[in-house]
Order: sequence, then C-alpha cells, then structure tokens
Amino acid sequence: MIKVNNEDMDFTDGMTIEDVLRIKRYSHPMITVIVNGKVIPVDSYSTHKIKDGDVINVIHMMSGGC
Amino acid sequence: MAGKILATYEYTPAKVEKGYAGKTLYINLSDMTIKEKPVTEKMKELFVGGRGFGLWYLWNAVSSDTKWNDPENEIIIAGGPICGITQYPGSGKAAVVTLSPLTGCPMDNNVGGYFAPLLKFSGWDALEIQGKSDRDVIVFIDGNRGKVVIEDASDEPADTHLLAEKLTERYADSEEDKRNISVVSSGKGAENTLIGMLNVSFYDVKRKAVRVKQAGRGGSGTVFRDKKIKAIVVKYKGVTGDSNNPADKEKIINAALRLHKEIFELDKLQNRMREVGTANLVEVMNDYDLLPVMNFQYGSHPDANRITSKVFREKYFTQNVPDNCWYGCSLSCAKAVDNYEVKTGPYKGQKVCVDAAEYETIAAVAANCGIFDPEYVIEANFYCDTYGLDTISFGNIVGFAMECYERGIINKEITGGLELKFGNADAALELLHQMAKGEGFGKIAGQGVKRLREYILEKTGADAKLLRDISMEIKGLEVSMYVSKESLAQQGGYAFANKGPQHDEAWLIFMDMVNKQIPTFEDKAEALHYFPIFRTWFSLQGLCKLPWNDIVPADNAMTDEPHKIPAHVQNYVDLFNGVTGKNITKEELLLQSERVFNFQRIFNLKMGKGTREYDMPPFRLLGPATKEEYESRAERYDKQLKELGYDIEGKTTEEKMAMLRQYRESQFEKLTDAVYKRRGWNKNGVPTLETVKKLGIDFPDVVELIAKYQE
Repeated sequence: MIKVNNEDMDFTDGMTIEDVLRIKRYSHPMITVIVNGKVIPVDSYSTHKIKDGDVINVIHMMSGGC
Repeated sequence: MAGKILATYEYTPAKVEKGYAGKTLYINLSDMTIKEKPVTEKMKELFVGGRGFGLWYLWNAVSSDTKWNDPENEIIIAGGPICGITQYPGSGKAAVVTLSPLTGCPMDNNVGGYFAPLLKFSGWDALEIQGKSDRDVIVFIDGNRGKVVIEDASDEPADTHLLAEKLTERYADSEEDKRNISVVSSGKGAENTLIGMLNVSFYDVKRKAVRVKQAGRGGSGTVFRDKKIKAIVVKYKGVTGDSNNPADKEKIINAALRLHKEIFELDKLQNRMREVGTANLVEVMNDYDLLPVMNFQYGSHPDANRITSKVFREKYFTQNVPDNCWYGCSLSCAKAVDNYEVKTGPYKGQKVCVDAAEYETIAAVAANCGIFDPEYVIEANFYCDTYGLDTISFGNIVGFAMECYERGIINKEITGGLELKFGNADAALELLHQMAKGEGFGKIAGQGVKRLREYILEKTGADAKLLRDISMEIKGLEVSMYVSKESLAQQGGYAFANKGPQHDEAWLIFMDMVNKQIPTFEDKAEALHYFPIFRTWFSLQGLCKLPWNDIVPADNAMTDEPHKIPAHVQNYVDLFNGVTGKNITKEELLLQSERVFNFQRIFNLKMGKGTREYDMPPFRLLGPATKEEYESRAERYDKQLKELGYDIEGKTTEEKMAMLRQYRESQFEKLTDAVYKRRGWNKNGVPTLETVKKLGIDFPDVVELIAKYQE
C-alpha cells in the first residue's frame, strides 16, 4: 500500500510515478510530485520506481480560467 | 455618417504621471452634462484605482433604495495605475462597476481590450456615467484633440460585431489608425434580458479584424443599454512604452523580462495558453470530475472529448498569430476562430471572426447543457457576444431549464414548444435568439436562473425545495463553471464572493480536494481570506490574473508557499512601485486589496444584502441534490458516509442522501463561521467596527451602517 495525497492506494511491483498519475487520472500539466519529501524531476516520472509504503504528494497548482 | 451631436466638451488632456492622469470624466446622460472631476490623493491612497474607484464613485452616487435601472445608477470604467504599461503581460485591463440587475448589488468585471489604457492616455483615470438618455447615443472621446462628444445613435445597429466594426471604420483616419480605437458596446440581447454584458474591442492588426473581450458577469450590458448607450468609443494615438510615465522603468522592465522568459520557455510545458488559451481546462476539469455537466449534476462526460482544447486547436483556433488583448502580452490567450460561417439566426451565412472559445464558455453553453458539439459552441459564442449576453449565465439558464424539462417540471406549454432536452443544440440556439429578441420563453429565461425559478414555481407549483437545490445561483448571479461538491473550500469561495459565485475571488479545488493541503476549517478560512484579497488586487491596477498563476517559474514548487507564486507577487510589488514611485511591501499590497474587498462587502449591506443569509448556496453546490447524482457516484458517497461513522447498511439512496446532506450543510455552517472570523466579520457576515477602523474605511456613513448589525 502507498499513500497518494493522503489516500491509500494499492501498490504493485514495478510501479512508476507515471503509473500513479495515470491511475489517479492526474492529468493536470502543472503538478509537482514529491516522494517521501523529495521533489522528483518531471523527466523521471516514467523511470522513478515507487516502493511499497512510499508517501507521495502530487501537488496541483491552480491555473486557467480559475 | 455620425448622428446629430447632442453635447460637446473640450478639455486639455492631462499628462499621465506615475500611472495616474489625475482626473475622471463624468457624464450625465439625463441632462447631457459632461465635466471633469479630480482624482484626489485620498482616493488613490484608499481605493488605488480600477474597481476601487468604481466602488467609491458608485457608493457616493446611489442610495440604499437605488435600483439598477434608476438614473442614479452608474457605469464606471477604470483601469488603474499599472494599466497601460506595455512591458508586462496582461496590463491592459478595465474594471467595470455598476449596480447589477441580477443581484441589486455592485457588480465588478475585469475586461481586456484597449479601452482602459487609451482612456487613461486620453487624460482620464476613470469614466463615470450616470443618468439615462431619452434616445440611443454614442459617447466619443478623442484623446488627442481633447474632445468628448455625445452623438445621436438612433440609426446605428446595436449588435457588437456590426457596431464595433462600423465605429472603428468611422473614427479611424486610416487602416493604421484603427489600432488607436477601442469601442465598448453590447447588443440586442442586453436590451431584452438581465444578463447583458459589455464587449470591449481592440483592433487585430494581423487579422485586420475588430476583436472583443467581455465584461461578462451580472448584467453590466443591460444597464448600458437601459441608459441608451449604444457605444462608448475612445481614440488615442501615441501609445509608447513610457505613456504611463513610470517612476522607475527599470523595475518594470526587469520584472517583465523575467516573466516573458518563463512564458517562452515554460508555457508549452504548462498550460499552453499561447496555443489554446483557457480551453485547456476542458479536459483537465473533465478528468477531475469538475466539469459541470447537465446543470451541474455531474462532473464529467464520455463525450467531453469532443469539445476539448485538442479539438479546437486542430480544427478551429487559428495558430501562430499574436492573440494578445493589449500590447506586450506574450501569454496571448485570446484565441479566435476565423472565417466562421454563421449557421442560424439573423446573421446566417455571414463569415465572421469569433472570439471563441474560453473554458467558461465551452463548459457553460455546451457541457452544462449536455451538448458536445464544437461548432455549436462557436455559434453560441458568436451570438452571445454580438447580442451582448453573458455565456456563463446563458449556459446556466439553459441547463436549468433543460433539467426542469427533463424532470417534467415544465413542458412545451411553458417553453412555447421548445423541446428543451439535454443535448438539444437547436433548441438552445432558438432560446438564445428568443432571448435576444425578448420573445417567447426567451423573454422569461433571459431574466436569469433566480427569476426563472420563481416563474416556474408560480406557474407550476413545483417542489420549491427541489427547485432551489438545483438552481445554480447565489445572490441572483449564476455560478461559474466548476463543480464544487467535493471541495468545501470552493463552496465557500463561491458562496461568500462579493458579487456572487464567480471563480475570480477564489479557486481552491485543487488545494483542497486533490492536494489535501488545507484540511482544517482554519486552513480553509486562511485560504479564503488570502486568495480573495490577493486576487482583488488585479482589478485595482488594470491587470489580468492569468500571468500570475497560469505560468509559474520552474523552481516555484521549491518555494515555501508555491500556491501564492511568490516570485510573481514580488513582480507585482515591483510593478506598482516602478509605476507609482511608492515603496510598498507585499503586506501593503494586500492591505490595498483588503480595504476595497471589505468596502464592497459593506456596499452589499448598504443595498439591503451582505449578510449571512445571502451567502447561502443551493444544495447542489455542496453535494448530490438528486437521487441520480448520488447513485452516479454511489461508491464515493457511500465510502464517505462510512468513514464518517454513519451506518448505511440497508439504507435507501434517499436515506443516505439525507445523511450526507445533513453532514455537508453542517460543515458549510462551520466553514462560514471560520471564514467570517478570519476576515474580521461578525457571525452575520458583517465587518466589525474594529475591522473597518483597521482598514481606514471607517467613514461616518460606513460606521453608521454597520453599527446596526453589530452584535
């Protein structure tokens, strides 16, 4: 089990940040991903492997017409 | 040919010094008075400019009994000290302030186009129009010659796409001179509804076309046409980077260079405003279940992929043209569809350039009505613009009427034969044309959702509670286009907004619902204190909000408060100080806003509103109002109830809905208490004497007014 934005999420072996974003449908282009307190560079989303128990914060910025 | 001249005023244009011309142009259309008024140091200190000036003038012009269509009501258009600089993106905005026909309270809009900068460089910080003419008029301000003329406009068309082009041609000396003209106009729709808006033009040199931006919300166009104004035209030749005569140009240029660099490097990776404008939000909102679908019943729809920015970019938006609505804006979000052939109504067959389509319009006229057709969006957008109708209110009205029709609350007898089923684009367009003409069901629908609800209640005896739950308006203004059911903070953002539920005060859904960054009532109250105040500041200055957070520096996430975009806040401090020569801090920037924000709240009080009861939203803003909504997201709601400790075993949907409603309504009340407390208001939502003293707005009439409401 991992935590994503304070909610439990099932963990699967080999899971990357890109997978987490896809499963959660986090499609907003202005996000910052923080894993266990460390900011992950955008170009590592497809390669950064998640570990069981990781705490992930996907911070969405406000934007657009809003 | 221009019409008969009804009044003329000659003046010596004031030179703009440090962002201010120092004068306001006052016109009374009842007796054709034209005169100038000084902009005092006290006004600048307390109200800064833009919306602040508008509210101050309006406060002094109306009494608590004044109605929107009384001659005493005014329309004030003002930029602000930063307005008109050409270096920093988004610096050409005008604030428009008037008493709203929908809410009966002050309405403010922040609109692009060239009007406010050209007005200031013509020698006027603000234009204040009072009274009512007995015939249609055009007000023409010639900023180079120092002349103001009021002309008979009885023979002119009202609709914007005809009138703005005609007047641009008439008043420009040459093709090149057209960029020195800006026209404020509305349309027939504004004459026959309460949701009329104002278009503000600029001439697009590349397209050789007149473009328009909208002061959309709350019926400003309706007031404009009620005063019998067909158009206000300003002409000023000679805009330069120094026209604002700033105190320290270097400060402005440095801030501007930083932002332009971010835009050129990062916009393509962030919101792609340069490619698709705010339309990028359609797909985002749909993915996060936030896109209003079928009168806010749902937050997403499988067919939404037919109206995304991808579709508009590939098939409709003209690319690689500078879509800025004032000089120097590299964010360039004002997208347009060129050579669109109109399919319906009086302009069928004409080829037009449509300023389409922004997110709010796509969401309102399409998704919220269950229509997923991009060409319908362009058609409706064109007609709303040229008729002078607010797309957000229009989409809400149609969505509400369609839901009433589908639920059997109204029928063809009420709608005059229109089959107002969700998805029926032909019926929606027919209703739009009826609104513009003031005919049939359109005449009733054009009064807005609140009055339409009252009409339906009277005619049908329908369930009043259900109708209130599903009519998406607060204070009489229709809700803008975000589903707030899962964000308590955003519910407050809408419900407490001074002018009514528009997202320009606070948009907190991601912080609250997705990021979970503001979990407690105190956290939410802090956000609902800071953001509305901060965002008010743009409309005091003549600035656009988009360059604040629609583009962010690459290292923004590493800052202490990324949602405030600290680097851009510093840019704003530098811009203000650079223009005015003052030396404010970011805390003083907030104080400028907090003062005007509270003054506007008190203004609502003056107009007999502005207390807690007027901050109550329809239940659909807080949660699922109908069985269909609950069951469409039953897993989500069941889970929430279980986590809250409710025993839902064997319970019917209706029983679970009642539990959820009780919980959410109680949460909203607690939020209300927390926000009022943080803002320095009492439990009835009225600023305390201590608050108004702290802000320096403890004028005798303010103190006398709020004293009646102190606990």
